[in-house]
Amino acid sequence: MKYLHMMLAMLIVVLFGSTTIMADVPSPTIPKGNAEKCVLPTEEMRVNHMTKILHQRDETMRKGIRTEQFSLKKCINCHVVKDDAGKAVSHKDERHFCNSCHTYAAVKIDCFECHASKPNARKKVSATAGGKD
Amino acid sequence: MNKQEIPVQGISRRKFLGASAATAGIGIASGVSLINIANAKPLDEPVSNDQRWGMLIDANKCASGCTSCVDACNTENGLNAGDEQLSRQGQKAQWIRKVELRDKATQHEISLPLLCQHCENPPCVDVCPTGASFKREDGLVLVDKHTCIGCRYCMMACPYKARSFIHEELLNQLEDVPRGKGTVESCTFCVHRLDEDTDNRRDPACVEACNADGHQAIIFGDMKDANSAISQQLKKHTSKAIRADLKLNPGVRYRGI
Repeated sequence: MKYLHMMLAMLIVVLFGSTTIMADVPSPTIPKGNAEKCVLPTEEMRVNHMTKILHQRDETMRKGIRTEQFSLKKCINCHVVKDDAGKAVSHKDERHFCNSCHTYAAVKIDCFECHASKPNARKKVSATAGGKD
Repeated sequence: MNKQEIPVQGISRRKFLGASAATAGIGIASGVSLINIANAKPLDEPVSNDQRWGMLIDANKCASGCTSCVDACNTENGLNAGDEQLSRQGQKAQWIRKVELRDKATQHEISLPLLCQHCENPPCVDVCPTGASFKREDGLVLVDKHTCIGCRYCMMACPYKARSFIHEELLNQLEDVPRGKGTVESCTFCVHRLDEDTDNRRDPACVEACNADGHQAIIFGDMKDANSAISQQLKKHTSKAIRADLKLNPGVRYRGI
């Protein structure tokens, strides 16, 4: 009986203790992509996405290889985050998929100084030809 | 046994090589198979120097005052999307411009579009200190903005004034055409259209626009493919390279100048 009480008490301490630790450490909220799964397992992408898109960058730029697996355009299209009004947010917004983790990790990226940070399908552009919004 | 077999194998191999060479010869003679090979590039294969993209512009057909090609280029590549607020008109990005010329003696006027000439020996590539300005295997002269430091040597080196520098932060880039502050850029022959697989490959926006307007002043195609429209036309009629004296062998040729 005595021991059972002690064990229960320990269990409660351990449980509450762990939850307080979880709450203390801030963690990034990473928005889910829109497809069923990523082009590689999520764990692998978290660690290696930068080398994958860096490799693809040179292949595309120098050799004209435009496969879709590691295409930045495809990443942006799938990982688009929409605001309350239903419009895709740009890299200036802290809710942007890349920002959600890069702000947390304090890693500054300059991809979006040139690349579009939200999808803009070409059809829309030609529809508004002449007068852009 | 062995001594007999070896020469027999050698002969049959030679025969085999000879036979395959003959079939290749037939393939070239018919021409049809060659066109398919030249244009068929799956997305996962690199471009090759079996192709050289080129343009033939007929100044006689180019209408004075018409800016269809310029407008189409701006729309296709997201130029002048309203981001460059502080730049003067002459500073803003322009990949293709219309030039009107008048012969003082005869008063004869010609109108022509001037763009990156995609030279075989591009001076912009010679002077680039970082290797950002480069020539692709299929003849396109491009800027790798990942390595461009914005020194603008290439702009000084280009005899055609074809390149632009971006002075301001851009926010409205198109997903197919990355562009950004501090880098140099120029006509890419709409590389994002050319790199599509065979079924989806399209001519550059300026060519499409010129055709849509009924001027048909620009022919675009593979200059290494003897059966392409551009090769046929270049063979048939006289054409000129602008500043041919510089021996840059541009990929853009003109007629009627």
